Amino acid sequence: MLDYAWLLVAIPLVSGLGLLVWGKEADRFGHLIGTAASAASFVVGLGAFVQLLARPADDRTFSKTLFTWIHAGPFHVDMAYTFDQLAALFVLLITGVGTLIHVYSIGYMAHDARRRRFFAYLNIFIAAMLTLVLASDYLVLFLGWEGVGLASYLLIGFWQHKDSAAQAATKAFVLNRVGDVGMALAIMTAFAQFGTTVISDVNASVSSASTGIATTLGLLLLLGACGKSAQVPLQAWLLDAMEGPTPVSALIHAATMVTAGVYLIVRSNGVFDASETARTAVVIVGVVTLLVGAWIGCTKDDIKKALAGSTMSQIGYMMLAAGLGPAGYAFAIFHLLTHGFFKANLFLGAGSVMHGMNDDVDMRHYGAIRAAMPVTFVTFALGYLAIIGVPPFAGFWSKDKIIETALAQSWWAGLGALIGAGVTAFYMTRLLAMTFLGQKRWLDDVHPHESPRVMTLPLVALAGLSAFGGALAIGGWITDWLAPVTGEVHEHHLPAPAWVISLVVLAVVALGVLLGLRMYAARAIPGETPADREVSIATRAGRQELYGNAINDAVAVRPTRHLVRTLVYVDGAGLDAFVTGVADRLGDSADALRKQQNGFVRSYALSMVTGALVVLAALLAVTLG
Amino acid sequence: MTEYLTLSMLLFTIGAAGVLIRRNAIVIFMCIELMLNATNLAFVSFSRQHGNLDGQVAAFFVMVVAAAEVVVGLAIIVSIYRTRRTTSVDEASLLRF
Amino acid sequence: MTAFWILAPLMVVAALGLVLARKAIHGALCLAVVMLSLAVLYAAQGAPFLFAVQIIVYTGAIMMLFLFVLMLIGVESADSMRETIRGQRAAGFVVVVLFGLLAIAGVAQTVTGSVRGFGGQPNVEGLAALLFGPYVLAFELTSALLITAALAAMVLAHRERLGARPTQAALSQQRMRDYAESGKHPGNPPTPGVFARHNAVDTPALLPDGSPLEESISASLVARGQRRDGYDDDIETVQQQLEGGDSDD
Repeated sequence: MLDYAWLLVAIPLVSGLGLLVWGKEADRFGHLIGTAASAASFVVGLGAFVQLLARPADDRTFSKTLFTWIHAGPFHVDMAYTFDQLAALFVLLITGVGTLIHVYSIGYMAHDARRRRFFAYLNIFIAAMLTLVLASDYLVLFLGWEGVGLASYLLIGFWQHKDSAAQAATKAFVLNRVGDVGMALAIMTAFAQFGTTVISDVNASVSSASTGIATTLGLLLLLGACGKSAQVPLQAWLLDAMEGPTPVSALIHAATMVTAGVYLIVRSNGVFDASETARTAVVIVGVVTLLVGAWIGCTKDDIKKALAGSTMSQIGYMMLAAGLGPAGYAFAIFHLLTHGFFKANLFLGAGSVMHGMNDDVDMRHYGAIRAAMPVTFVTFALGYLAIIGVPPFAGFWSKDKIIETALAQSWWAGLGALIGAGVTAFYMTRLLAMTFLGQKRWLDDVHPHESPRVMTLPLVALAGLSAFGGALAIGGWITDWLAPVTGEVHEHHLPAPAWVISLVVLAVVALGVLLGLRMYAARAIPGETPADREVSIATRAGRQELYGNAINDAVAVRPTRHLVRTLVYVDGAGLDAFVTGVADRLGDSADALRKQQNGFVRSYALSMVTGALVVLAALLAVTLG
Repeated sequence: MTEYLTLSMLLFTIGAAGVLIRRNAIVIFMCIELMLNATNLAFVSFSRQHGNLDGQVAAFFVMVVAAAEVVVGLAIIVSIYRTRRTTSVDEASLLRF
Repeated sequence: MTAFWILAPLMVVAALGLVLARKAIHGALCLAVVMLSLAVLYAAQGAPFLFAVQIIVYTGAIMMLFLFVLMLIGVESADSMRETIRGQRAAGFVVVVLFGLLAIAGVAQTVTGSVRGFGGQPNVEGLAALLFGPYVLAFELTSALLITAALAAMVLAHRERLGARPTQAALSQQRMRDYAESGKHPGNPPTPGVFARHNAVDTPALLPDGSPLEESISASLVARGQRRDGYDDDIETVQQQLEGGDSDD
C-alpha cells in the first residue's frame, strides 16, 4: 500500500473535480461519492500505516518519486512523497476526522441546494491537505499549502449570497497571502543557499550553514505558519471564518488546515534546531497567541466564535511546544492530534445545537438544552472535559506534557501556558453552562430536537476519540514513534517533580471551572448581551478581538489605500496626462493649423507664391553658395 | 539679354501680385495671362541667346495652350456667373475648416 | 535696343495698370497694350513668326474673348478696394517683392557669354522643321487639346432647356397678362425721336400731347447723362429757316 500512497491524493482530487464537472445530474448522489472518496483515502492511509508499523523503527521513511515536475537548469523538483511516521499520523487524522465530517455533512447540508458542490470542495481540500503533509519537497508542500488556502476560501464563502461570508473568505485569503509570502521567501532562500528544496536535504544542510541563514529561514517559515495557523499577528481572519458552514469550521479551522503551520515547523525541525532565535520567536508567538485566544474566547456570545478563539489558543499551545525544540515536537504533534479529535467534536456538537435552534449562534438564546438534546450534550461534555485537561481524557495527557516541557525550558513560557490552562477552563465552562445548563432563554418558535443519526454518529465517534485519545501516550509510544523524525529527547530538568506540576495544573483548571460555574451556572444569564459600557475594559477589548482588526486596518489597509490612491492619481494626472497631453497638444496645433484653410482661393495663392519663393531661395542658395 | 530677362521677371511678378490682390475672377485670369506672356518673353530671349529655335517653338506651344485655357476658363466663369450672379472669387469659400 | 527701352517702361506701367485698375475694362485695355508691346519685342528679337502670332492669337483672339466676357458679365462691376482677408495685402506685398527680387537676381545670373543670334537662318522654315520634326508629337497633342477646349466651351456654356419652348401664342398671352397685372407695355418699346432734320437716338419720342416718352431712349444714355431734351431749338431752327430763308430750299 505504501507504493500506492499517491492514491491518497488522487482519489479525493479526482472525486472533487469530477463532482464539479459532472454538474446538476450528480446532485442526488454527489455527497455519497464525496464521502466514499474520503473513506477510500482513509482505508489507503490505514493500510500504509499498518505497513509502516510492520517495519523496524529505523526504516520507517518511505519515499517515492512519481514524476519530474520542474527541470530547469540547476533547479530540479520532483513530484515525490515521503510517507514517514509524522506523515502517517497526519494522514490518519485528516482522512479519519475528514471522513467523519463528510458523513456529518450529509445530514447538516441536507437542505442546501448546492450540497454536491460542498462535497466537491471538501474533497479538494482533503487532496490538498494530503499533498501538504506527504510532500518530499518544499515546493510540493507549497502546492498543497496554496491548495488548502483555495479550499478554505471556497468553503468560507460557500454561502455566496451572504456579503459577510464573501468578505470573510476574502479576508482569510488575503491574510494567508501575507504568510504565503514568508513561505515563498523561505523556499527561495533555501534554493539560493542550498541549491535544493527537498525537505530532508534542507534540514540536513542547514546545520552546516551560518546561524544567520538558519534564523532567516526559521523566521520566514514562522511567518508562513502564522498565516495558515492564525497566530498573532495574522490571526484576524479566524473568527470571521466562522461564516462558513459548521462542518467547514470543524474540519478546516479546527482539526486540519490551521494545524498545517505546526506541521511545517515540526517538519523543518532541522532549521529550528539550528537557530536559537527562531525557536524563541516561535515560543513567543505561541505564548502570546494562547493567551490572546483565551482572552477573546471569554467574551464572545457567538458559540462558533468562542470555539474559534479556543482553537487559536490551543494552536498557540502547539506552537509553544514546537518552539521548545526536540523536547517539544512530539508533544506538539500529540496535542495536535488530540485537539483534532476534541475540537472537531466540539464544533460538530455546536453545529448540532445550531441545527436544533434554527441556526441561531447566539448563546444568549440557548440554555437548558441538556434535556432536549441528550446525545449532543454528552458528546459535547466529553469534548469539554478533554479540552480543559481533565484526566483521563485525551487533552490532559497532551497539554500537561506541554506545560511540563515549557516549565523545564523557560519559566515564563510555562507560566503563560499554566495561566492559559486556567482561562481555557473558565471560558469552556462558560460556553457549556450558557448552552446546556441553567434556565431556558429560547426565542419564540424554537423547538430544539436531537439531530438525526447521520449527525450524531460522528459525534459519538469523535467523543470516543476525545475520551480515549490519550492512549497514544501510553508507554511514551508517540514520542518513540516520532523520535526518528523529530530528534532524540534529552532528559529535561524540571523545577518540581512531574506529578506536582500536574497537580498544580489541575488546581488551576479547577479554579477556572469553579469561577465559570459560579458566574454562569449559578446566576441567571441575561438574554440580551450587555452593552459595552456596562462591562469591564477587558471584556470590551475581548469583544473587539483585542483590536486586531483595528491594528490591521491602521498598519496595512489604510496605508495601502493611500498608496494606491496616490499611484492612481500619479498615473492619471502624470503619466496619462503626459500621454494624452501629447495627443492634446497635437490636436491643439492641428486646430491652429487648420485655420489656414479659410476657403479663400487668394490665401491659397499666397501660400503657393510663398512656396515658390522658398524654392527659389533654396535654388539660389545652392547655386551661389 | 539681361534686360529682357529682368523685364520678363518683373512682368511675372506684377502678374503674381495681381492674382493675390484682385477679387474679380476675370481680372485674375488676365493677370495669369500676363504671367504666361512674361514667360514667353523669357523663352524667346533665351532662344536668341542660344541661337536655336527651340525656345520659339516652346513659346508657340505656350500660346496655343494659353488660348485653349482661356476658352475653357472663361466658359467656366460665365457658367458660374449665371448661377451665382457674382464674379468675386471670395464668394466660393465653403471648402474651409 | 531702342525698341526695348521705349517699350519696357510702357509695359511695366501698363502691367501695373492692369493690376491696379478699378474697372476691369480698363485693365483689359492695359493688358492689350502689354501684349502689343510684347509682339514688337518679339520682332526685335528675331522672331517674326511669333510677332505675327502674338498679334493674331493673343491680342486678336484672346483679348477679344476677355472683352466679350467682360461685357456679358458686368461692365459696371468694379472691385471695392477694401481688402476682406486679413493680412492678405501686407503678406502679399512682402512675398511678391521678395519673390521679384529673388527671381530677377536668379535669372540675371543665368546669362553667360554673348548673344549667338540666328545667323540668317530663315525663321518660319526653321520653326516648321522643328514643329514637324522633333516636336511633332507635341504638335499633334496640342491640336487635340484645342479641339477638346472648343468642345469644353460648348458644353460649359450650354443651357438645358428645362421646359417646353414657349409658342408665340403663349408669349402673347404672357404679354397681355403682364400688362393686366403691372401695366407693362405689351408691344414693342417705342423708338427714339424722329425729327424733321435728323433721327436722334439721344432725343426722346413725343406723345400726341407733346410730352416726352422716357421709355423710348436707351437707359445707358440716360445713365451717362446724354439724354438731350433740346428738341425745341430744332423746331425753332427749322421755323427760322422757313421764315428767313425764302430763297433756300
